[in-house]
Amino acid sequence: MEKFKKLTSTAVSLPVENVDTDQIIPARFLKATSKIGFGENLFRDWRYNSDGSKKEGFILNEEKYSGKILVAGENFGCGSSREHAAWALEDYGFKVIVSSYFADIFKGNALNNGLLPIQISSTKLTQLLTHLKENPKSELQVDLENQRLSLNEIGLDESFEIDSYKKMCLINGYDDIDFLISKKESIEAFEAQNQ
Amino acid sequence: MKKTLFDKVWDAHVVDSVPDGPQILYIDKHLIHEVTSPQAFAELEQRGITLARPEKTVATADHNVPTVNQHLTIKDALSRKQVEMLTKNCKNHNVTLYGLGHEYQGIVHVIAPELGITQPGMTMVCGDSHTSTHGAFGTIAFGIGTSQVAQVFASQCLLLNKPKKMRITVNGKLNKNVLPKDVILYIIAQLGTNSGTGHFVEYAGDVFENMSMEGRMTVCNMSIEMGARGGMIAPDKTTFEYVKGKEFAPNSQEWDKKVTYWKTLPTDDGATFDTEYNFDASDILPMITYGTNPGMGIKINESIPETNDASFEKALTYMGLKKGQSLINQSINYVFIGSCTNSRIEDFRLAASHIEGKQKAGNITALIVPGSQQVAKQIKEEGLQDIFEAAGFEIRQPGCSACLGMNEDKIPAGEYCVSTSNRNFEGRQGQGVRTLLASPLTAALTAIEGKIVDVTELELV
Repeated sequence: MEKFKKLTSTAVSLPVENVDTDQIIPARFLKATSKIGFGENLFRDWRYNSDGSKKEGFILNEEKYSGKILVAGENFGCGSSREHAAWALEDYGFKVIVSSYFADIFKGNALNNGLLPIQISSTKLTQLLTHLKENPKSELQVDLENQRLSLNEIGLDESFEIDSYKKMCLINGYDDIDFLISKKESIEAFEAQNQ
Repeated sequence: MKKTLFDKVWDAHVVDSVPDGPQILYIDKHLIHEVTSPQAFAELEQRGITLARPEKTVATADHNVPTVNQHLTIKDALSRKQVEMLTKNCKNHNVTLYGLGHEYQGIVHVIAPELGITQPGMTMVCGDSHTSTHGAFGTIAFGIGTSQVAQVFASQCLLLNKPKKMRITVNGKLNKNVLPKDVILYIIAQLGTNSGTGHFVEYAGDVFENMSMEGRMTVCNMSIEMGARGGMIAPDKTTFEYVKGKEFAPNSQEWDKKVTYWKTLPTDDGATFDTEYNFDASDILPMITYGTNPGMGIKINESIPETNDASFEKALTYMGLKKGQSLINQSINYVFIGSCTNSRIEDFRLAASHIEGKQKAGNITALIVPGSQQVAKQIKEEGLQDIFEAAGFEIRQPGCSACLGMNEDKIPAGEYCVSTSNRNFEGRQGQGVRTLLASPLTAALTAIEGKIVDVTELELV
């Protein structure tokens, strides 16, 4: 997993609530057997018409909006547990997702792929969504070590929560598998006692 | 200290705790399927490691399989590759596979309970959010992502922070024609799609105590639709009777010991929850959804709310419906009875009992997709197949089918589908499809009438 410490980037605002993982990556694209290439079909049915032409008005199709940060309405990532949603966002080029609420499974999947979910209050989120829509060149700053999200132009300087273990993993690029394998003896002892 | 059902099962599975961090939770059963496992097997191979506990892993092919001619080679090349990879991976890693053609094949959340793999007090995971279904047995069961599938493969454990606890109590007598599906759709409509985030739910009260195991599975199945990781119901006599004698249930020597343990699991009197909700059963009526998330539901005889909100309006535009509109008499061309929510024998018995001797409406295409080979066999043996076929319903072979439209079973764009499945998201049943979630009773009657009818008013036999 790639290490993550700091990021300064423009952001894309998606003021839609309850963005479910079927929208992030529709089921018909889950037939792949590798993790590569899902970005192409990120938000497929919001980005493209059925004939493959781009849908006008969808923010990712507007050239002036781009960046490594996606700012979205509350309850982002609800629905299916498909990790393909995190793979698609990451493959498309996003490194950070900001919302006022994340669905549990999506949040875990994101963190396991070096994609940082940042939760802020709904008031701050509304402020951010509105500002970004009008100011596509504004750059957000993410500082994981100090757990801060800021946008100087609007005086935004928010602290965000992250589990200290997960923070350590992201900063160092560690994943859970290595850690769990290192706990082999405790796991075997547990089994001996309980089975 | 007073403990909840959830605390008891969780605490009994904690291997170790990371200071200021997550806990290592031991997983008793890992269910896998063809769509969310290939990348996890690849992860093991890249690291040169093998499956830690293959005997605790069970596989089936369900999400992506055709529901016709399952004995033939799968036509879709990508689907075929996924199913073939599952077969190969299971063989290489010594995992039991109930693949196509096996008498136990079916939707993962239908087969594990019917085989007795699901038992009270266990921890179970699967790369599928509807793993919450198994909570009906007093099991901690939840959906995981593919990275976590690989973690369980590698260690039989997961790193998790203990969720908060919520209790939803429903007491009283249910109104006529109200099914378990209506109860859970009602709860989600009342609480909203993110009310359960960060929580594990316990469903309590006499409504759930009086429910069959299959009804309890329908309820727990949709816990994820309010954002909860899982939902549980305390194991009781109904649970024990259901499990007893199943293929992989504890044998007669172990049985009494197991039941003695299972009886200790219900929440202690005085145990506390982080969040509590109470509902009165008499307020619940048959439900239907009108929007693009499962929380957008109304009592079938109510009108669509007049909410002024951009996301709400976006959903209604997609659905082609209007604020203040009633759904009664809304013309419907497609009906789907299936999915891990409602594809068990009781669902089909109930649907058949209202279809018997009738014909589907001319405009209707109605799909019946059994949850498993065993359910399909029962449908046939009990004569339900004849009833469905005589009424013009199409009976398919087991799989997830039109619940998520990964295989060919997609509803045409723009059409309305009354579906017994669990999600009405945009495009869930096919691009542009408008899904209305409802009970098997509402779905069956919609198929007969060709439009939505007020089932609250009907005197049914």
